[in-house]
Amino acid sequence: MGKRIGMEVSLAIAEAAKMANVDVVAAYPITPQTHIVERMAEIVANGELDAEYIPVESEHSAMSACLGSSAAGARTFTATAGQGLELMHEVLYVASAMRLPIVMAVANRALSSPLNVWGDQSDLMAVRDTGWIQIICENGQEAFDLTLAAFKISEDHRILLPVMIHCDGFYLTHVVEPIEFPTQDEVNKYLPPFNYPLPLDPDKPVTMGAFAPSFIYTEAKKAQEVNIVNSKQLIIDLWKEFGKTFGREYHPIEKYRTEGAGTLLLTLGSFGETAMTAVDKMRDEGQDVGLLKLRLWRPFPFEELRETVNGAQTLIVVDRALSFGGPGGPAFSEIRSALYGEKKRPKIIGFVGGLGGRDLTVTEFEGMVKRAAEINDTAAEKEYEMFGVRE
Amino acid sequence: MENLGVYAARLAPKIDGLAPGHRACIGCGEALAVRIACKAMGSNVIVANATGCMEVISSQLPATAWDMPWIHTLFENNSAVASGIESALKVMIRKGKIADKGTKVVAMGGDGATSDIGFQALSGALERGHDFLYLMFDNEAYMNTGIQRSSATPYGASTTTSPAGKKSIGQKTAKKNMPAIVAAHDIPYVATACPSYPFDMMEKVKKGLAVNGPAFISVFSVCPTGWRSSPDLSVKLGRLAVQTGAFPLYEVENGQYKLSLDPAPLRPIQEYFKLQGRFRHLSEGTVKQIQEKIISDYEKLKRKVAC
Repeated sequence: MGKRIGMEVSLAIAEAAKMANVDVVAAYPITPQTHIVERMAEIVANGELDAEYIPVESEHSAMSACLGSSAAGARTFTATAGQGLELMHEVLYVASAMRLPIVMAVANRALSSPLNVWGDQSDLMAVRDTGWIQIICENGQEAFDLTLAAFKISEDHRILLPVMIHCDGFYLTHVVEPIEFPTQDEVNKYLPPFNYPLPLDPDKPVTMGAFAPSFIYTEAKKAQEVNIVNSKQLIIDLWKEFGKTFGREYHPIEKYRTEGAGTLLLTLGSFGETAMTAVDKMRDEGQDVGLLKLRLWRPFPFEELRETVNGAQTLIVVDRALSFGGPGGPAFSEIRSALYGEKKRPKIIGFVGGLGGRDLTVTEFEGMVKRAAEINDTAAEKEYEMFGVRE
Repeated sequence: MENLGVYAARLAPKIDGLAPGHRACIGCGEALAVRIACKAMGSNVIVANATGCMEVISSQLPATAWDMPWIHTLFENNSAVASGIESALKVMIRKGKIADKGTKVVAMGGDGATSDIGFQALSGALERGHDFLYLMFDNEAYMNTGIQRSSATPYGASTTTSPAGKKSIGQKTAKKNMPAIVAAHDIPYVATACPSYPFDMMEKVKKGLAVNGPAFISVFSVCPTGWRSSPDLSVKLGRLAVQTGAFPLYEVENGQYKLSLDPAPLRPIQEYFKLQGRFRHLSEGTVKQIQEKIISDYEKLKRKVAC
C-alpha cells in the first residue's frame, strides 16, 4: 500500500503522469493549468522521471507535438485549460480520428470574452464532439485515480482513443486534499508499457492521416463512432479492474442518497461535493432529494442514466456552460434528449450557474430544489433558467 | 548541361520513397522535388507532411504513394508534429524502449504551410532546436486550393486572390525571404535548392539530414497549373529561375552564406517571365522595375556571401 498525503490536486495529476512513466510531455502554460505543467517540468528537470518535456510555443503545437509523439509510440501527456483547449480544437479531432492514445488533463475554465480565468465548463462543452473519451472529476483522489486509469483506457488496443480528464479550474486544481497514492510497484503492475500497434517506424512503413474523399469518409466516421460507443463497456470494465487493484471503483454516473428520491440533482465536476452537503441537509429536513454525478461525458452513458433516474419525479440538471440561444445548458439538453423516449420520465429542469468562477453554495443548491418545485407547479414548459444572476 | 542532366540521372539512387502512381498534375515540379529529396533521404526517415498538394496527390485512401513512414495531420502544424516524433524517438531510445537505428525526422510543407499558416510552429521548432530537416516546397502560391496568393508569391504575379486587373498589377508585395528568416534562428544549416539541379539538391538534403539540430531547405517547385506554363518546361523554368537570379541557389552553414552556383551574368528576367501566364500582364516598365530589384537583391546576397 502507498500512503495518504495532503497535496494540491494539480500536483497530484502530475504525480499520476509521473507514476505512469510518461515519455513525452508537450505543453504550453495557461491559468489554471500552470501548476500541472510546472510540476511536470520540475519532475523532468529533477530526474524524477526520464521524459522529454517539449515547451511548445502554443497549445495548437502542444497537441500537434502530442500527435507526433503518440504516433511514434511514446506515452504522451499534456494539460491545458479554457482558451488553450479552444486553440487546439481542430487538432483534437485528429487525435481521436487517428486513434492516437494521449492523456490530457483539462483545468476547466471560462472562455473569453470578457476575459475570465476562473472555473467554468464552457471549454469542456466546446470540445464535446471532438471524439475524445471525456471523464469529469469531482475531487483530488478522483483526479489522481482517473488520470492514472486514463492511460490504461487510452492505450487499450480495443480502444486506442485519447482521453480528457476534466477538473474544475481552481475549485479542484488549486485545492490541497488528502490523496491516497499507490506505490510505484503497484502502478507498474497495473499499467503495462505503451505498445502502439503500428507506430511510425522505417522498418515497417505506415501511412498515417491519409486523405479520404466522399466515397470513404462516411465509412471512416462510422468506424470511429462504433469504436467510441463500444469503448463504454470497456471503460466500465477497466474502472472495475482499477477498483480491484486500488480499492476505489468508479462508474459512469455516481449516485448519492438516491434511494426513494423524488427529486434528483445532477452535477458535473467539483460542485458534486457541495451538492452532497446540500442533499444531506435537505434529507435531514425530511426532503426526498438525491444526487447524481455524471462522470463519463463521452461516450455518453445512456443506459446508466435511464436506470438511475427511474422513479424520480423531478431531475434538476446543473450546467456551468451556456448554449447561447439554444435549448439550455449542454448537459441539460443532452440529458433531456436521452430521456425523451422513456415512457415514464421525470420532469427535467435545467439551471445554468457557477459561470466564470462564481460559487454555488449549499444554499443555492437548496434554492434550485425550491425553484424547481415552483416551475413544476406552473403549466408552462420552461427551457432553462440562469441561476444566481444579479438583475 | 542539358545532355549531362539526362546522363547523370542514372547516377541517382534507385530508391523511391514517393512511388509512381500518385495524382500530381503533369509536369509537377513539387512531385519531382519530393522524389529527388526522397532519393537523397533514403529509407531511414519518418516524414511529417503538412496539408497541401503533396498530401492530396499521394495519400488518397485506400492507396498510398509513400514507401516510408509518413504522417499527415493538419495544415499548420507539421513542425510541431515533427517535434513530437523527434522527441519521442529520443526518449524511447534513451529509455531502451526502441533500438537506435539513426532514424531521421523530416517535415515537409508548401510555401503557404511554411511561410504563412505554419510560420509560428516552424519558428518554435527551430528555436527549440529539434534535430529535424524542414523541406519547404515553394511553388509560390496556394496551389492546392486553386492558386491563391501566399507571402511567397513574387511581386507582380497574378493569382486568384491577387488578380491582375485595371487597378492591380497582381501581387503587390515582395516575396517573403524565408531562408533569411530561418537563418535568423541561428540554426546549423539553411539552403535553397531546385530539382532542376538534382545533384546539388540531393547533396543539400543529405547535409541537412546529417547536421545535429534543425535544418531548413527552401525547394523551388515549378507549378505549371498555377503558373500557366507548359508542363514540358518545368525543369527549364527551374533553371531559368536560378540563372536569372529570381531564385538563387545558396547555403547558410552556421551563419556563413555560400553561393552554390553563380550564374554571372544573370540572364534577363524576361526570359523566365515570358514562359509563364502569371506574369504575362506586366508592362515593360514593371518588368524593368522587377529586373532592377532582382539585381539589387542578388548583389545583397553576394555581399552576405563575401562577409
